[in-house]
Amino acid sequence: MSHLFGIPPQALFGQLLLGLINGSFYALLSLGLAVIFGMLNVVNMAHGALYMVGAFVAWLLLTYLGVGYWGALVLAPLAVGAVGLVLERTMLRRLYKVDHLYGLLLTFGLALIFEGAFRHQYGVSGQPYPIPELLKGGINLGFMYLPTYRGWVVAASLLVCLGTWFAIERTKLGAYLRAATENPTLVQAFGINVPVMVSLTYGFGVALAGLAGVLAAPIYQVSPLMGSNLIIVVFAVVVIGGMGSILGAIVTGLGLGLLEGLAKVFYPEASNIVVFVIMAVVLMVKPAGLFGRER
Amino acid sequence: MPDGMNTKTAMLEIADLYGFYGESHVLHGVSLEVRQGEVVTLLGRNGAGKTSTMRAIMGIMGKRTGSIRFQGTELIGMAQHRIPRLGIGYVPEERGIFSSLSVDENLTLPPVVKEGGMTVPQIHELFPNLRGRGSTQGTRLSGGEQQMLAIARILRTGATLILLDEPTEGLAPVIIEQIGVAVRALKQRGFTIVLVEQNFRFAATIADRHYVMEEGHVVDMIPNDQLHANMDKLHTYLGV
Repeated sequence: MSHLFGIPPQALFGQLLLGLINGSFYALLSLGLAVIFGMLNVVNMAHGALYMVGAFVAWLLLTYLGVGYWGALVLAPLAVGAVGLVLERTMLRRLYKVDHLYGLLLTFGLALIFEGAFRHQYGVSGQPYPIPELLKGGINLGFMYLPTYRGWVVAASLLVCLGTWFAIERTKLGAYLRAATENPTLVQAFGINVPVMVSLTYGFGVALAGLAGVLAAPIYQVSPLMGSNLIIVVFAVVVIGGMGSILGAIVTGLGLGLLEGLAKVFYPEASNIVVFVIMAVVLMVKPAGLFGRER
Repeated sequence: MPDGMNTKTAMLEIADLYGFYGESHVLHGVSLEVRQGEVVTLLGRNGAGKTSTMRAIMGIMGKRTGSIRFQGTELIGMAQHRIPRLGIGYVPEERGIFSSLSVDENLTLPPVVKEGGMTVPQIHELFPNLRGRGSTQGTRLSGGEQQMLAIARILRTGATLILLDEPTEGLAPVIIEQIGVAVRALKQRGFTIVLVEQNFRFAATIADRHYVMEEGHVVDMIPNDQLHANMDKLHTYLGV
């Protein structure tokens, strides 16, 4: 079997793997966006920039402090989460009572500031980040060659996504989160400190972006614009999956990554627009998104 | 329950309470008190300030002045999430059952704030309709069952004062009867209850005293045993 649908299997599986990896990043990022939107009603335009910050924290840790990949995998999300907490406490918090558009504009402005600052400091050329020793090399699966690091990225993002889904849908803390998403006033009237929950939710959501940034660092170059390239597609993913839907974000992220990969094999010209075509169709047929509920 | 000191202690004392939502001024000097173990209703027409009084107690209001004391502690100025932790349970008019939570999750959502709350089996005994429905989506219950769930989830928390906002609204007579049985059972268990009601026939079957509200303040207080003698006056107040 040297050809599958007239395509060499190497090329097909290679593109599918690329799609799966892109899909993993879409899923991680749209998951954070979904959690944040559900709780804060804020379309977090700074998400891509904070993903970039996560990657840069990893690079800075390695370059200046000699802290390697595994340390960065823990420290960078914490750092990005802390940045998120400060942003929420000092700025976003003031906008909950006004139109949601203000939250979008504020976070968009923040994204520009972050990207501008890093571009000013480090230029646009991008910094290489080495694959950690443990994950170098690859495995021959028979039908294709799987670079270990890429397999790790897919597995790690899946694990984090499923863990987050479990925490939100199946635990007590998640029940508070879901309830506060629906009716924060009443949850507060049961004695739960909702403003603190909101801050932590934002911190957690952007920490996921930071984590995605670290995972991405060895694959893509660490560059100030890495987030803005990705975030537009991620927003399309969120719209397709349904604003605020956790499962929708995960499934749609992975699915669209794969679909993009397939498009690259069969009709490369369409690969850049396939996500947006699907978005347009979904918006026409099911405006709340595939997994969303009408509000 | 022993009479004497205990029953005479005011559990909730509201004095000269003014309340605002943004620019609109909704409470104009409310004063009332609720003693331990009492069932007290707030009667009045729509917009008289009954629900607003409850929301003011819970701190769900833009601005409040005056005094709301619960067991001697001043609630005005207290962080909103700390008020229920003193032992005050709130059952809102719209019931507030969460659609993204199952019946069990709804039931166990409010944190236990004090010892002495009812256990889930005791709650099921009080509201048999909720038994065996644990994994159902909260909002799939009927209106009456949702009302039962809204009351039930407060009983777990150990709250000693319960604010019930129109528990019979929109329910069939047979369900209202069930809610009445439950509220009487709660009274016997020693809960202190403040009840907002439009349906004063229902209120008369369970309350000790009635406060009548008009235009954002209390205009009259009628003990339940004098309700009949005051029927004409009450009809005028309520416009029925």
